[in-house]
Amino acid sequence: MRTTTVVVGAGHAGLAMSWHLARRSIDHVVLERGEVANSWRTERWDSLTLLTPNWQSRLPGFGYEGSHPDGFRTMPETIAFIEQYAKAVAAPVRVHTRVTAVRGRGDGYEVATTDGTWQCDTVVLANGACNIATVPALSAAVPAGIATLTASQYRNPRQLAEGGVMVVGASASGAQIADEIQRSGRQVTVAVGEHVRLPRIYRGRDILWWMDRAGVLDERYDAMDDINRARNLPSMQLAGYPDRRAIDLNSLTRIGVKLVGRLAGINAGKAQFSGSLRNVCALADLKMNRLLNQIDEWAAANGAGESAPPPERFEPTALEASPPLVLDLTRGAIRTILWATGFRPDYSWLEVPVLDRKGRVRHDGGVAESPGMYVVGLPFLRRRKSSLIDGAADDGRDLSAHLASYLDSRSSPARPAS
Amino acid sequence: MATTTTTDKPVNNGVNVEALLGARDALSKAPEAARFTWRSTVKWINGTHSRSTIEGFYGLGSEQKHKEPFTFDADHPEIFASEDKGATPVEMVLAGLASCLTAGVASVAQLRNIQLRSVSATLEAGMDLRGILGCDADVRNGFDGIKVTYHIDADASPDDIKALVAQSQKRSAVFDIVANPTNVTVEVA
Repeated sequence: MRTTTVVVGAGHAGLAMSWHLARRSIDHVVLERGEVANSWRTERWDSLTLLTPNWQSRLPGFGYEGSHPDGFRTMPETIAFIEQYAKAVAAPVRVHTRVTAVRGRGDGYEVATTDGTWQCDTVVLANGACNIATVPALSAAVPAGIATLTASQYRNPRQLAEGGVMVVGASASGAQIADEIQRSGRQVTVAVGEHVRLPRIYRGRDILWWMDRAGVLDERYDAMDDINRARNLPSMQLAGYPDRRAIDLNSLTRIGVKLVGRLAGINAGKAQFSGSLRNVCALADLKMNRLLNQIDEWAAANGAGESAPPPERFEPTALEASPPLVLDLTRGAIRTILWATGFRPDYSWLEVPVLDRKGRVRHDGGVAESPGMYVVGLPFLRRRKSSLIDGAADDGRDLSAHLASYLDSRSSPARPAS
Repeated sequence: MATTTTTDKPVNNGVNVEALLGARDALSKAPEAARFTWRSTVKWINGTHSRSTIEGFYGLGSEQKHKEPFTFDADHPEIFASEDKGATPVEMVLAGLASCLTAGVASVAQLRNIQLRSVSATLEAGMDLRGILGCDADVRNGFDGIKVTYHIDADASPDDIKALVAQSQKRSAVFDIVANPTNVTVEVA
């Protein structure tokens, strides 16, 4: 089978790319291992909602038309939204078609699947940023008798044994899961590394409204001093609760969650925590205040501050005087360890040598090092919002333009015909 | 904070940022050159008095040497019935942490274009001697905590100064060594 462009993955990023390719009349297929929005269907916990408000789920040619622009979609609503999008844009999706290999072939690519092999000139990797839950190497030292699971495997507290739970990681997933498990009556301890603290509501508006309006989410990858650092930032510590309440370490402490430092080792059945807890919290508080300063400055300069409530600053993260450094895992206080230590894409089927030594695709703003290959939907791919559904439209526009000019350059007479 | 502006004068904290950034760039591409081994030797003098000498180390793929050997005497104070010929080893740990963090403050300030005028810090660490004396197995030998207090005069807001100190901890080797567990192997050759 032959097409011009193969898009791997029918999530929001792949579908947005499909929309842009269709606008440019570029012949393509979107290959999907399961159903449209597969990761949202199969790899998320039950109570998860989008952490971006409804108005912000803007896909090219498709926006929110409901009556709750400030609400947050549940998983079934998110799946329905992406399904509707696939239908509305009539994306050429082949469902239940798992890609088993992508390899170079001539000056294009060959994409092997469970349903035949495609030859194409260009390929777009839209397989998602969260295929595999990252688990630290020290997990091998967890004593027998303690159940472990990842944020991808977690569904709800009922699947956990009674008794204490240690959640490793305090970003969006870790904080939300810790909140839910503590409320189920189990004592939760959260091991806290670097995190990105944000209020949900600031000066009467969703924090993402301010970041959107003030241009923070549009900041470009090529304007960053250190794009690697920006791409590796933990996810925003936010939750999309119906009551729009904030989630942060203080809110977790208030419901009884215990905070310890980053999990630094497990030795002889004892978990050891870093003494850096105070500093990672100071870093997060300072960084949050820098963002709020930036928002206040933008509001003042753009007249948005007049109708809004005055600036406020939130309580610094409260910690006990000497957080515990050691927790004996053999004494029964912890029955379950939940790894909320991040996600990474799965490229096990990628046979083109574009991965760096950490297994990431080498790319410049989504243009992979291998000519004619593109990636979409990764954190800070081209903009701060690239990890959000809302980033897919602009990134897809830029990359489809690059892809189109790459195709043109190959067929231009300036290049000797093959 | 002083109100004089130094906008027309380039920030100079004596840190060669270009060299640091160049090294980071070069070493991310050549991880084997980034493998360093630090060394120290020690000789017992008498009683609790010993002298450490630091001269050679390994890095950038070959043996390296300081411009001259540095020696450090360590001992215990007279109230421990020692001769007090040098700082105690635990105080030297504090000195190591202080120097590491302070070097970090200067480097981060240079990188962030912040002119430093003065930087000083006091360090305090509590210790219950019943640990090392073996009186109580529940008391650890080491510090029960370390408190570092910086005094910094610089062309920056109080929050920017706090951020300097926070970033310095994030990138500090000794902070990491002190705050996180490290496997220690001690052998008799």
